[in-house]
Amino acid sequence: MQNYETVIGLEIHAQLLAESKMFCSCSTKFGNQPNINICPVCTGQPGVLPVMNKKALDFAIKTGLALHCKIAPHSIFARKHYFYPDLPKNFQISQYELPIAENGYLEIEVNGNIKKVRINRVHLEEDAGKLVHKGSDRIMGADYSLVDLNRTGVPLMEIVTEPDMHSPEEAKVFMAELRKIVRYLDVCDGNMEEGSLRCDANISLRPAGETKLGKKTEVKNMNSFKIVQKALELEVERQTKVLTEGGTIIQETRHYDETSNSTISLRTKEAEMDYRYFPEPDLIPIKTDQKWIDGIKNTLPELPIEKLKRFVSSYQLPVASAEVLTLERDLSDFFEEAVKIHNNPKIMANWVVGNLMGYMNFNNLTIKQLKIGPKHIADLVSLIDKNTITGNSAKDVLAKMLEAGKSAHDIVSESGMTQLNDESSLLPTIQRAISANPKSVEDYKKGKENAIMHLVGQVMRETKGRANPEVVKKMLREEMNK
Amino acid sequence: MNDNVKAFVTEIKDFKNSNNGSMSGINIAVKDNICTKGIKTTCSSKMLENYIPPYNATVYEKLIAAGANIVGKTNMDEFAMGSSTENSAFFSTRNPWNLDCVPGGSSGGSAAAVAAGLADMALGSDTGGSIRQPAAFCGVVGMKPTYGRVSRYGLIAFASSLDQIGPITKNVSDCAKLLNVISGYDPKDSTSANIPVPDYTKSLKNDIKGLKIGIIKELIGDGISEEVKSSIKDAIKLLESLGATTEEVSLPSFEHAVSAYYLIAPAEASSNLSRYDGVHYGLRIKDTKDLLTMYYETRKAGFGPEVKRRIMIGTYALSAGYYDAYYLKALKVRTLIKNDYDKAFSKCDVLISPTTPTVAFKIGEKTDDPLSMYLSDIATIPVNLAGVPAISIPCGFSNGLPIGLQITGKIFDEETIIRTAYTYEQNTEWHKCKITKL
Repeated sequence: MQNYETVIGLEIHAQLLAESKMFCSCSTKFGNQPNINICPVCTGQPGVLPVMNKKALDFAIKTGLALHCKIAPHSIFARKHYFYPDLPKNFQISQYELPIAENGYLEIEVNGNIKKVRINRVHLEEDAGKLVHKGSDRIMGADYSLVDLNRTGVPLMEIVTEPDMHSPEEAKVFMAELRKIVRYLDVCDGNMEEGSLRCDANISLRPAGETKLGKKTEVKNMNSFKIVQKALELEVERQTKVLTEGGTIIQETRHYDETSNSTISLRTKEAEMDYRYFPEPDLIPIKTDQKWIDGIKNTLPELPIEKLKRFVSSYQLPVASAEVLTLERDLSDFFEEAVKIHNNPKIMANWVVGNLMGYMNFNNLTIKQLKIGPKHIADLVSLIDKNTITGNSAKDVLAKMLEAGKSAHDIVSESGMTQLNDESSLLPTIQRAISANPKSVEDYKKGKENAIMHLVGQVMRETKGRANPEVVKKMLREEMNK
Repeated sequence: MNDNVKAFVTEIKDFKNSNNGSMSGINIAVKDNICTKGIKTTCSSKMLENYIPPYNATVYEKLIAAGANIVGKTNMDEFAMGSSTENSAFFSTRNPWNLDCVPGGSSGGSAAAVAAGLADMALGSDTGGSIRQPAAFCGVVGMKPTYGRVSRYGLIAFASSLDQIGPITKNVSDCAKLLNVISGYDPKDSTSANIPVPDYTKSLKNDIKGLKIGIIKELIGDGISEEVKSSIKDAIKLLESLGATTEEVSLPSFEHAVSAYYLIAPAEASSNLSRYDGVHYGLRIKDTKDLLTMYYETRKAGFGPEVKRRIMIGTYALSAGYYDAYYLKALKVRTLIKNDYDKAFSKCDVLISPTTPTVAFKIGEKTDDPLSMYLSDIATIPVNLAGVPAISIPCGFSNGLPIGLQITGKIFDEETIIRTAYTYEQNTEWHKCKITKL
């Protein structure tokens, strides 16, 4: 059987975290009430003119820089024409020729290999509104449809990759990495389920070894990483079947359908529109100078993949922990802040990745929503390192800290969880353990070193885990060797 | 009197404006493509027959702030597409000098209102001559300022890169006064120029000694009627006698200006007019079987034949496969025309030509011949393509119908235009000629 190579390119739309719309001063906040954040400009009244939102432009440049793109010194907007009721002007102001950023790349790690995915372009455009259909899911067949223009004109950034991905998994990883980046940059909240980060894929197959691209389809409506991978796997399967059976791929747009778990043809290329792009005459060209670009460059944070490398090399963290810690900028900041206060990165990482994130995931909280900060966790680890508390009781301490928002010191002194290191106060418990367990003592004396662990356990139980196990072990030996 | 001239789509009685300013007590007519909050703004189209804008155009706000008294919204060619006001979906406006003739267009209602004394001043808009041509036909002063001098915010777009609002007045002094009020940068219009605006009344000087005037060779030859030609020649002689020097200049790319214009303007119009679809405002043909039919039926019923013609031309010019051959090529012609002006202005202060090849034509005379209608804008169109400012002032009569003299200036040099026009006016009597019977 013929082997096929999969070729995937992505088009990503990211809703920008700008406070006002792309070309007017309406708020971008979403409420339940329709048609609240609207004005003559975004409703496309006759005679209105667009005015560029500079913040959105800054965001696009920032993203362009993070994706190693060349920022255009001269960039223009264009009108993209199509008739639809959620688009009041019946054209979308977008970018066509001369987008704001071009020719970059993003590195992703797939199965331990670093791979470069080239970025074709980053451009800005305005979002359309929303339709609510009554009597049908779609406009065709609906009794009537209502238009909500709250979203109309919300700034969108489109990122287009080259067809550099060769498996659905790579596409998924790319999306995950890109999501991390836009969140690190604070330009998009990255919420795929709610549609603030959307992804369309161009996908084709070609015989292994062939360099020419095969006929592609465009897959839409993939609103999670998982679905990106799933939908593309389905499409690879479908195309493979078509080709294997000697058929040809029809260039078309396909829609991922969750209920049938398949991709469904939406429209073929022949039915596709001629958008009649032409330069937007109501906006003047954007001129970017080095000063502006450098200003934005200076605000660029360290990017996830660089941070991951640094966490591994300078904190000596295992890759797995470093990956988790660099998933979100807030999380890695939290971790680094804590390490700055108490320099024990390995143990700190375990506490953050393990207990802390366990708590966050269980309660569906972000790190910022916790009642405790980096200093709290640093102090907790410091108490463990100073043998004030045991690792065991630290778990309880942390749980209480998270509930009450109190410091480790407060919890420990309130609940008397201080580690017991004092030999004279431990001695009676040690002696009790020895006299109550003659069998273990005998075994130990016979040379069974492990037998001592049973005795340690007894002491720990009696002290509710507060005794320092090292001290207990040492004292047990001394007592039994007497 | 309005019954004869039919200048207004909407007349406004007892307008109240308590603001005090340079326009206090002055009656102003506003072209019906300039948005007025709470007052119907129809573009003389069935599509917007009942459209009441929820906001004001910037120029309108400026008029109100300056104390103006608004007397009405004037008739026009539908969506400013036309040269006779016969393309109004409602009725044709008549030329006050001869009611059988057109007032010109598309700002025919504004020019006729001023000529007939129904308003002291008026606002028009000019995309290819729509202020200057009706001003010439009606014997009044009309200026298209430099592109970017006056905010377009609230002007219902025809062709965004060409449209400009300007004054239509009885004389040059009024033109300067009204220009003072409406000019200036507007943050709501990205294409408006953020540069200082001079006081144009300071240019009302009867002095053109040493002024270098270029006479546009391409606009005094074939295709220009003899009466118009001879009036322009008289005007040149007078200007020379007042101390100006003249020389003939050639702007060879003018030959292609009308063709380029009739690609660029319809292309932009086809885009700008997409929004009239029956969904959000304006006309909607109801009870259609689906969305597409609603679009078709609404646009079929809402637009007149000239608007449809231009939407079709423009849609075609922007279509894949034709864009380079039509739209892009037209843009290249536009650049050549700009270059021609640059060259001419490297040796001249202003350029002179007739505003129109002929005087006002009869109502109905050209309605079946769009090409000949298009050609009546031959002298005004290059000005919009280059974005330069130009004025039309009365310079004679032929068969009782006024003739217009066009004075074109450098970018943002309305001052020299006003000084030249004022000097000419002060030394002639044309602007004092009165309409005797209406």
